[in-house]
Amino acid sequence: MIEEIKKLIIDYVKREYLEEDAEDEINESTPLISSGIVDSFSMVSLKTFIEKKFNIKIPDEKATTDAFDSVNNIIELLKEFNVT
Amino acid sequence: MSNIGSYEKRYENFDWNISAQELDYGKDGMYNIAYYCSDRIVEQGHGEKVALIWQGFIGETKHYTYLDIKIYSNNFARFLIEIGIAPGDRVCIFMDRLPELYISFLGILKMGGITQPLFSAFGEDALFTRLDDAQTKAIITTKKHTGKIRRIRDRLPALEKVIVVDANEKTAKGDEIAFNMEAVPKVEDFPVFKAGPETPSVLHYTSGTTGKPKGALHVHSSILAQYITAKWVLDITPDDIYWCTADPGWVTGTSYGIIGPWANGVTQAVFDSGFSSEKWYQFIEKYKITVWYTAPTAIRLLMKDGVAAVKKHNLNTLRHLVSVGEPLNAEAVVWSEQAFGKPFHDSYWQTETGSIVITNYPGMKIKAGSMGKAFPGITAIVVDQKTFQPIKIPGTVGLIALKPGWPSMFRTYWNNKVMYDAKFRNNWYICGDRASIDNEGYFWFVGRDDDVINTAGHLVGPFEIESALLEHEAVAESAAVGIPDSVNMEVVKAFVALKPGYEPNADLELSIMNYIRKKLSPLAMPQEIEFVDSLPKTRSGKIMRRLLRAKEWGQEIGDVSTLENE
Repeated sequence: MIEEIKKLIIDYVKREYLEEDAEDEINESTPLISSGIVDSFSMVSLKTFIEKKFNIKIPDEKATTDAFDSVNNIIELLKEFNVT
Repeated sequence: MSNIGSYEKRYENFDWNISAQELDYGKDGMYNIAYYCSDRIVEQGHGEKVALIWQGFIGETKHYTYLDIKIYSNNFARFLIEIGIAPGDRVCIFMDRLPELYISFLGILKMGGITQPLFSAFGEDALFTRLDDAQTKAIITTKKHTGKIRRIRDRLPALEKVIVVDANEKTAKGDEIAFNMEAVPKVEDFPVFKAGPETPSVLHYTSGTTGKPKGALHVHSSILAQYITAKWVLDITPDDIYWCTADPGWVTGTSYGIIGPWANGVTQAVFDSGFSSEKWYQFIEKYKITVWYTAPTAIRLLMKDGVAAVKKHNLNTLRHLVSVGEPLNAEAVVWSEQAFGKPFHDSYWQTETGSIVITNYPGMKIKAGSMGKAFPGITAIVVDQKTFQPIKIPGTVGLIALKPGWPSMFRTYWNNKVMYDAKFRNNWYICGDRASIDNEGYFWFVGRDDDVINTAGHLVGPFEIESALLEHEAVAESAAVGIPDSVNMEVVKAFVALKPGYEPNADLELSIMNYIRKKLSPLAMPQEIEFVDSLPKTRSGKIMRRLLRAKEWGQEIGDVSTLENE
């Protein structure tokens, strides 16, 4: 289950935030926000994607740049919502 | 003792010649910004001094001395001439905060070109609009951003050259030109273009309520204001390590991320990274940053992580903190005193002003939440919103107005003199912001006087967003307004009426968000979308954004007599 979720998020990040011929390799520990792959504004669309996919509502106080800074961090966040 | 000393004395006795004399501006007929930011520092015997400390996201670092900056900018200048770029041509820089951005900026100026920096997160539509308007002849970029350029290039016949600074002859595609500023033979001496003080130098695009973004055109003598404001407001001295967090795609990143600091011969640090409070504090600690110029949005993000995160680091080198981009709230000033032991000093200016015009000065009493006072040499007042007559009663809200004539004031909007002329009333330049002045001469920001959205210190035009929204297959009509946000001051909210056959749902919401993000920029992406059956319009069919905005801000909606369905 966790591996499926990781793949889902990685695929989304690749599809939506990287150019088609981008050389960046993304894995579950790749920094997303602090690397600039996903800027703090675009984080909202990533959050919306996750909320929609898992039918949850992430409160603002939990939607920090650190919580979204890697797929692993996002998985940790999702555990709080019993998604995994 | 700060560089400015007594603000009152400086204000009384100010003359822009102070700046000209310190720079020896115009010596031997030289007025070119690039000379004063590189060659001059080398001639003063500081060629071995570090001009730029650069760190990338994964921790890689590079150091460039003033001699390096001089030679590599010479390399760029010579190369641009060799490929057919002529003085007056617009040359866009479109890349992340890499050393080549800062150095090519000077290289373009050295050969007489007009440099047009654009934010690298711009999507292809935003990029197209600005390149098309400026009839840009060349663009300097990196492999990461070539995809966006390739998708619009056939619609940009004026764009003759695409220069890729991290490509080589094998990886450059089509007629794109690979250029590595450090690999080509060094151009030790280059005859810097003999610009006049009024020769165009920098073209920065900014957004308005209506129409396309406008290119604010600056000239070489802007350096007189950028030099002296960097010295007196940012208080930078030759011994400082200075960090400006702004991206040079925006005016702060060029006026105070290139021209101001380098004209002062200071060492500046650049961190090409996304936001992370921990990484920012590590950066300050590692490079012993002394003067820090950042934005209220960044400060509020740092506040979210608390004082404890600050105290894990030794940040004692910080001696002066300044912010820009949007009003600095009083809480942020108080917090910075708790966190760093010193307050952030708010500064106010615009793309059009080219340099700081109202600010809090080192040593001056800070009134938390105030914009501060006018810079010496700047006459700033507030005027009545209807008559444009000066307001003399303290505390009365009016429009901020500046007496034209300071050196870094924009000279026109590119190809748009009508819009330029409209910025002046009764011989005052009208900034478009509302404020009041208290009985001690401090300015207090109230808000914009138009529909432009100030998000994280960047102006976003609602018209550009609405135009892009209409290109989405599901959107029938739309309105974009700024709504309150605790971190970014404002964020974009879109009201969307759908075409028949489309139903509001989360998938569509996400699709619209990502569409705007890719077409325009993450800043323009609606952080919230409200689906509506129809939008409020005047009887003549114009969407009344004012009503939508007032509702979001909990304000009185005012006169609705022209509303279509009233």
